[in-house]
Amino acid sequence: MKGSETFSTTAGAGRRKGGWSLRRLLDRQSSLGIILMLPGALLLIVFMAYPFFLGIWLSLTNSRIGRMGHFIGLRNFVDLLSDSIFHQTARNTLIYAMVTVPFKAMLGLGLAMVLNNRMRFSNPIRAAVMMPWIVPTALSTLGWFMIFDPVFSPISWLLRSLGLITKNINFLGDPRLAISSVCLANIWRGVPFFGITILAGLQAVPHELHEAAAIDGANAWRRFLHITIPSIRGVVLIAGLLSIIWTFADFQLIYVLTKGGPANMTHIFGTYAYQIGLSATDIGQGAAIALYMFPILSVFAILLLIYLRRE
Amino acid sequence: MVGSKTLGRQVLTLYLPLAFFLVFLLFPFYWMSIVSLKPTNDLFQLKYNPFWVQKFTFENYLYLFQKTEFPEWVKNTIIVSVVSTIVSLVCSVLIGYALARLRFPGSNFLGVGIFLAYLVPPTLLFLPLSQVIVKLGLYNTYWALILTYPTQLIPFASWLLMGYFRTIPKEIEECAMADGCTRMEALVKIILPLSVPGLLSAGIFCFTLCWNEFLYALIFMSSGAMKTIPVGTVSDLIKADVLFWGSLMASAVLGSFPIAILYSFFVKYYVSGLTAGAVKR
Repeated sequence: MKGSETFSTTAGAGRRKGGWSLRRLLDRQSSLGIILMLPGALLLIVFMAYPFFLGIWLSLTNSRIGRMGHFIGLRNFVDLLSDSIFHQTARNTLIYAMVTVPFKAMLGLGLAMVLNNRMRFSNPIRAAVMMPWIVPTALSTLGWFMIFDPVFSPISWLLRSLGLITKNINFLGDPRLAISSVCLANIWRGVPFFGITILAGLQAVPHELHEAAAIDGANAWRRFLHITIPSIRGVVLIAGLLSIIWTFADFQLIYVLTKGGPANMTHIFGTYAYQIGLSATDIGQGAAIALYMFPILSVFAILLLIYLRRE
Repeated sequence: MVGSKTLGRQVLTLYLPLAFFLVFLLFPFYWMSIVSLKPTNDLFQLKYNPFWVQKFTFENYLYLFQKTEFPEWVKNTIIVSVVSTIVSLVCSVLIGYALARLRFPGSNFLGVGIFLAYLVPPTLLFLPLSQVIVKLGLYNTYWALILTYPTQLIPFASWLLMGYFRTIPKEIEECAMADGCTRMEALVKIILPLSVPGLLSAGIFCFTLCWNEFLYALIFMSSGAMKTIPVGTVSDLIKADVLFWGSLMASAVLGSFPIAILYSFFVKYYVSGLTAGAVKR
């Protein structure tokens, strides 16, 4: 209310001074602010907000690709509740998002503490360890695709030469192993993100704090517990929430490695929505699968927002 | 760092963990590179050590350029990434400036809205968005990607630039405006030149994400010659026969290379951009 009042009074002032000219519009804060927001906002409305609501509508219809269906209420959502593949998908997604994050956080902490040491070649080393996070995931995942291959896997070769196994491991074909394999590739990709964020947190701690504690007789473990951990709690929390959101809504890593197989044991919401909505052309049902992510994503987004607001 | 350390302890607490991380994080790249440099038949030679190359060859790379649509994919990826980055940067500079400097109705609300947009994943939108793209006649054109990528980039880039603009003292542009500059002139002539590091961070962030994007490029580009490198490699180079590994890895290496180089040159800017959101706020 207050906002619109200021808007109208300044607009009135403008008219008194001699009508609407572009220059005046661009010099007045209220109108200029809105004009500057327009180009970006327009893209976000047409290609993000509108599709979001269209998705809600599609999920309430029996649309197929190329044919707009009619309203069927919540049938798509209800049908999914009794779909055993969907149950499996939900379980897989939870494992994929929740199990990988603690590993990424712990390995990331280790990486950050190593990088925080003064050493030679620290800049090239920093650049090198970031690579899994930087390069196109679909392409680096192809490397893992071969590392997990039943015939050419270097891991199998190594274990075989050491005499630990007699037959090659079928990392992606074995239904019990597949989810662990895709989780490993995801952890590999996420460690540098945690590493570099935590490193920034570590570097914000003044050196003197560690030195003073050491002089007072605190050993390395106690310094870790009482100085390091409290100083990085915030960044770990933020990185963790972002990582959960991104992993939960992942697509490409699974698509490249398994396409959801074997026997749907690695399907996550994104890949299952793709399979039903595009491959099987049942776009209404697919939209419903994708929307099942929304409440869970919202919870984590709101947690993140609350935390950032409090800071 | 604290006190003096013996060499033995340094090996245990620094070099051993460092070696572990380097091997774990870089091995897939090493593996991709050596496979791309081997003749295909060597993969089947069980007596060879697979961790090294017995006979170097560039035949996989030649195959890529002569027998596949790889050169087209490179062209497409460059066009889409460059244009999309420019569109995103322009929009983000304007939004970031408006949110950092101007008081206008709804600015708080819009600020939160932009932040939430950062958290909306493509998997939530891709099915309805594909219908929008078809309806607008953008399917299988560059515009499908050029116009949709910014929605993934503008939120973070605006946020980053807003933070950067706030570090520039208001007095500088107020002086310029007192001397007769308009606000827009002050933005272009005074603020932007002072914001080059922030613009670089945001630009590298945008370009990297465009280059790496997978889901939208997979769905919105149907013909082989319109694909981007990640999608073309994944969907067109994996064939039914088993002889594709060399060219597949060669394509993955070449597709990662520009990003790796760009990143190595601008590592400082990328890291400051990446951590700006999470750490500095």
